[in-house]
Amino acid sequence: MGRKLLLEHINVPGINTLKVYREKGGYKALEKAIKTMSSDDLVEEVKKSGLRGRGGAGFPTGMKWSFLAKPEGVARYLVCNADESEPGTFKDRYLMTYIPHALIEGMIVSSFALGANTSYIYVRGEMMPQIRILEKAIAEAKEAGFLGKNILGSGYDLELYVQPGGGAYICGEETALLESLEGKRGNPRIKPPFPAIAGLYGCPTVVNNVESIAAIVPIINMGGDEYAKIGVGRSTGTKLISASGNINKPGVYEIELGLSVEDFIYSDDYCGGIANGKRLKAVVAGGSSVPILPANLILNLANGEKRLMSYESLSEGGFITGTMLGSGGFVVLDEDQSVVRNTWNFARFYSHESCGQCSPCREGTGWMEKVLHRLVNGKGKMSDMDLLVDVAKKIEGNTICPLGDAAAWPVASAIRHFRDEFEWYVNNPELSQKQNYGLAHYADPLPVLETVE
Amino acid sequence: MLSVTETREIIFSADLLNKMGEVVSHFPDGKQKSALLPILHDVQAEFGWVSPEAMDKVADFLEIEPIEVYEVATFYSMFFLRPQGKFVLEVCRTGPCCLVGAEKIISYIGEKLGVKEGQVTADGLFSYRGVECLAACGYAPVLQIGPEYTFYENLTTESVDQLIEELKNKN
Ligand SMILES: Cc1cc2nc3c(=O)[nH]c(=O)nc-3n(C[C@H](O)[C@H](O)[C@H](O)COP(=O)(O)O)c2cc1C
Ligand code: SF4
Ligand code: FES
Repeated sequence: MGRKLLLEHINVPGINTLKVYREKGGYKALEKAIKTMSSDDLVEEVKKSGLRGRGGAGFPTGMKWSFLAKPEGVARYLVCNADESEPGTFKDRYLMTYIPHALIEGMIVSSFALGANTSYIYVRGEMMPQIRILEKAIAEAKEAGFLGKNILGSGYDLELYVQPGGGAYICGEETALLESLEGKRGNPRIKPPFPAIAGLYGCPTVVNNVESIAAIVPIINMGGDEYAKIGVGRSTGTKLISASGNINKPGVYEIELGLSVEDFIYSDDYCGGIANGKRLKAVVAGGSSVPILPANLILNLANGEKRLMSYESLSEGGFITGTMLGSGGFVVLDEDQSVVRNTWNFARFYSHESCGQCSPCREGTGWMEKVLHRLVNGKGKMSDMDLLVDVAKKIEGNTICPLGDAAAWPVASAIRHFRDEFEWYVNNPELSQKQNYGLAHYADPLPVLETVE
Repeated sequence: MLSVTETREIIFSADLLNKMGEVVSHFPDGKQKSALLPILHDVQAEFGWVSPEAMDKVADFLEIEPIEVYEVATFYSMFFLRPQGKFVLEVCRTGPCCLVGAEKIISYIGEKLGVKEGQVTADGLFSYRGVECLAACGYAPVLQIGPEYTFYENLTTESVDQLIEELKNKN
């Protein structure tokens, strides 16, 4: 088992209370930061840690912080993205439920580093139980003098509020989130300007994921350099992986980046193998938005080496043979699952969740859903696969926000890797309604590439 | 979309008005519109849905135009624009949940309640609908019930039977 930085004390009874959290070393990072470090020191530590945003895009957090504009006399904001709506992802809910003070402490340290005096945690509205938990944790922190006026006698003031969303996947996109926090529809904004220049109420704003903010606590406690020693290459530290689908032990796991995908799926410390003695068919490794890979490509790189759970290794091979770490939503499909049906389901999701601002996304997601729906119901045509690839291409890169890409990639990758399963649906309109295509060749060893002299 | 209107007189209770005032205090002066989503949740918790009449009152309270409230209420999936059953069973219908049987659970609930998605049972107690990923994919299939969005995980047809029985008795 690898090192745990976020979930080390998750099984300690009462760790959701301030008292027990403190007994386990909680709020030490806050004291260290406020009493011994300047804002610049803190940003520097985070830069050194190599922490990359845990919300999906993997943008270096320290760099994002250093972009924050600091005009005189203008408020700055830190907004935590707890919208967690990417299908396959449920780590933020877990963290907020069981160890809420990790997020609260991270919010206070990060707000101090950024010079924000009011910060918000935007939680998806469906997580009302987590909102109540956070409100309670905030009240406890305030009582202990960690929030409010003159925190720990430093002269620094901070108010922290929890805001519920209204049920819209798009509000996870940071500018849609800011619109929503302003009480509007969640329509993403055209960038630039980026939130670091003009965010909430037009003021400089940093938006960070729950896990990114919680990771600030161990980074400050141990120092950025030490944190950067964990993991592999530019994938530093630990990452929460939400594992779901046809595995023996679904749940949230903290891994050291660099663990092999094979170990993650088959080790009893993690997923514990495929459920019911079935065989692995495919994996969506980083939430519904990333390309789906067949068993052989998720376990191994095209050169035969083992694929690792890291930003670089998962994306090795680009979109031809690779995928992405994304939000760490690891969805496992066994041999009885239909990739065609799963692809339709995701397409339906994106069509439902498109905000409708840009025509390629609004219309394209609708068309992909329709075409996939007829395919999955045995009414598709051979030309549908090319049609889908064509629609996906026309969406990709042509929209205001990345939801368009997120809708296009799963479809394009499913057809790239599982085309014969789609064709089987077309050729077997009746059989495909009663039976699954099965594992086919998707777990076969990869062909060994020969180098030509 | 706002085709259904309220038949009761809408009176905001002192408790509700207090909550609304509290939320407004979270935001800078002049940015009270930020309180709109939390307030709509509070209104829905009190009345079971958000009627045009209630939205007009919210607009008044926040000193914004009614259309600013309507456009928000119609954008977000959590706000009900027509009356629902007392208990709305919202079952996740997204990919990861479907890998472990969510579709079967949804159709079972439909059969058991004897209504279609979005309709209300004759006794006024239940309605149900499919919703998108609830960030609980590891505990699938899952459903939630507002206004506090209590979670029910690892659903089976037996646990659904039991839940519906419990809710009936609770009533
Ligand atoms: C359609 C869409 C949905 C997103 N959903 C989320 C989300 O639920 N949670 C999240 O943290 N980031 C989400 N993001 C990414 C955010 O836009 C943003 O990059 C992130 O919150 C930045 O935080 P980080 O740098 O700490 O990862 C989403 C992006 C897109 C395009
Ligand atoms: S890409 Fe889709 S979700 Fe994003 S702004 Fe355009 S229409 Fe809205
Ligand atoms: S897919 Fe159902 S909770 Fe995520």
